Amino acid sequence: MNTPFTRVMFSIIRKDLLAELRSRELVGTMLMFALLSVLIFSFALELDRVARQEAISGVLWVTIIFGSILGLNRSMGMERDNGNMDAMLLAPISRPAIFAGKFLGNLLFTLVVGLLLLPLTTILYNISVISGWMLVILGLGIFGFCVTGTLIATMTVQTRAREALLPIALLPVALPLLLAAVKATTAILNNVPFADWGTWAQILLVIDVVYLVVCVLAFEYVIED
Amino acid sequence: MSDTRPIIEIDRLVKTFGFLPVLRQVSLSIPRGQFVALLGANGSGKSTLLRLIAGLIKPGEGEIRVGGWLIPAEAAAVRPQIGMVSHKALLYDNLTARENLRFYARLYNLPADQAEARIQELLQQVGLWKRGESLVRTFSRGMQQRLSIARALLHNPHVLLFDEPHTGLDQEAGAALDALLQSAHAAGHTIIMTTHELDRAARLAERAIIIHRGKVAYDAATTPALPVLYREITGTAPTP
Repeated sequence: MNTPFTRVMFSIIRKDLLAELRSRELVGTMLMFALLSVLIFSFALELDRVARQEAISGVLWVTIIFGSILGLNRSMGMERDNGNMDAMLLAPISRPAIFAGKFLGNLLFTLVVGLLLLPLTTILYNISVISGWMLVILGLGIFGFCVTGTLIATMTVQTRAREALLPIALLPVALPLLLAAVKATTAILNNVPFADWGTWAQILLVIDVVYLVVCVLAFEYVIED
Repeated sequence: MSDTRPIIEIDRLVKTFGFLPVLRQVSLSIPRGQFVALLGANGSGKSTLLRLIAGLIKPGEGEIRVGGWLIPAEAAAVRPQIGMVSHKALLYDNLTARENLRFYARLYNLPADQAEARIQELLQQVGLWKRGESLVRTFSRGMQQRLSIARALLHNPHVLLFDEPHTGLDQEAGAALDALLQSAHAAGHTIIMTTHELDRAARLAERAIIIHRGKVAYDAATTPALPVLYREITGTAPTP
């Protein structure tokens, strides 16, 4: 009989947190990338306030996405490098529980980076990007990206060129999600009423649910021969 | 009455990767408690056979049964019966020895109090009780391999699969590993070990199986003449 789903899921999250607290490899790398990326954009885009307000949502999401890709590569690489994924697959545990554990760990790390990025962007661009709706859209966008990212990183991590392959395979799949997230973020920053941009939030939610179901179902086929 | 049925039964097993046949009509029967050395040149299909028995990959044709359960259809019943040690450590570098074992104990659903007692017992058995709180990344290759054996024994499986466990070990670490293998065998575990070291195989195992070009080319009790037989069958010299 398989070990209970939640026990496996929380064990994997706990293990990832413990390993990260020791090494600070994952969040540290993602944060450093995010900081440098936002800084470079702030110097490169010497725009007036209105133009900056239009560009900032793109800067924010590009930084989160590429930072997240770094983290996903590292997180799944940790399972491949010493054959740990094989050790997990040998255990009497359901494959969706492994996916849930890895996904929630990745989500947690990316959310930390995303949340730290908001005050940083506010300071560097002199535009307040912190609001309730902003947090909702950030959460929905990162959720969807981490769902697809965890599945695709599981595939690409088995290849030699995994660092290069992950963005190539992931970005086209994540494109609809990014589009909705950027549109909603731009509307929030321009103080557009919810009624005018709420559709983007709904699209984001639907994409998240669809991706979650597809990725949980596909994980077993991806992870096993 | 003891169970006399074979613990592993393989019937006309075929495995191909793409168009490349790796195992061709392999049939084997391994009794409970036997120590089997699986030999063969690189690419002969030894590791593939171990991964098939472990349920990590699926067979193309044929049947594999472990403890009477069919793989992959009844894999959930097979997994608790198998422990595996590979040339990779299958351990997390940034966790301590004890944290690694605790993590796997949770995956095998061992109750927390039993798990702690078992972890302590195994750390003593593999000679790492003083290093239980050390990070795995500070361990030598030999220590990692010993901890890997503790991990494989955690849930007390019937079958232990060793995929070239001596790779990268010096003589002293290799001898320590041999002692652990012998004690696991004495404790009644069924052991299948792939290796290129024929002298070691002849010394430790009671049965040798040579896989050549995806087929069982030799299957009999180990003998000091194993290196000669190996050369005759495979046409290659064994690794010194």
